[in-house]
Amino acid sequence: MTTIEVAGVPVERDSEGFLLHTGQWTSQIATDIASENGIPELTPRHWQVVEFMRERYLATGTAPSIRSLGKESGVPIKELYQLFPKGPAKLAAKIGGIPKPRGCI
Amino acid sequence: MTQLLEEIERRQEVAAEPLQKVCIIVSKGSLEGIYPALIMANGARMDGIDADLFFTFFGLDAIRKDRQAKIKVATVGNPGMHLPTLIGVIPGMSWLATKMMGGQMEKLDIPPIGEFIELIHDSGGGIYACHASVEMFDLGEDDFVPQLDGILTVGEFYERSAGAQIIFT
Repeated sequence: MTTIEVAGVPVERDSEGFLLHTGQWTSQIATDIASENGIPELTPRHWQVVEFMRERYLATGTAPSIRSLGKESGVPIKELYQLFPKGPAKLAAKIGGIPKPRGCI
Repeated sequence: MTQLLEEIERRQEVAAEPLQKVCIIVSKGSLEGIYPALIMANGARMDGIDADLFFTFFGLDAIRKDRQAKIKVATVGNPGMHLPTLIGVIPGMSWLATKMMGGQMEKLDIPPIGEFIELIHDSGGGIYACHASVEMFDLGEDDFVPQLDGILTVGEFYERSAGAQIIFT
């Protein structure tokens, strides 16, 4: 477990950098985690994916698969990989402050 | 002693290095022969690992326009089905087993083969056909789905696989 400090508030994370308490998430945390993972600036397209992931998780309790991310987030698969080159679903989940998606698809 | 410890440490560091690329060979044309490779290739891309799929022999069916949608589970010669062989041979059994499995997979958000190949391709995964098999079955580029990135000889395949883990399925 590690802790990052955002605007003076300590935020707990697991060993891979995912937030332990999704309620602690703020857009500032998102920006910090993004730049830590090689995304210097979150564009509106990034936000669209991150917000979709987060909303879906909060509504259903599970993060969407890469397939539904491509079909339903409004951002097609090719662009998802351009926005999040090291894996869109996992990185968007990390930035969105939700747990690491565990599905195989 | 210090040298030895340093060497051990160095080797551990090498072993812990994450995978950079996988090249997965698909040699079988049954549903259960194709899906594991697709799931592994897509899973690699989801983790930021480069992935190439190389279809050979009956594995080519997965990327053939005329056969992609007709891939079925083997109900004969497949002890994993736990189905007596004499029942497995009844016409329509393979169709039925495939249909049932397809329903279950859709529930788990596993796409049909055509859509899966498209997903992997759009994710940046390479889709290649084996040159020898293409010739053996007397096929041409037009016989394949548009996601095909090329027809490779075995030598070209190895060249593309430099530094990758090769997985045969």
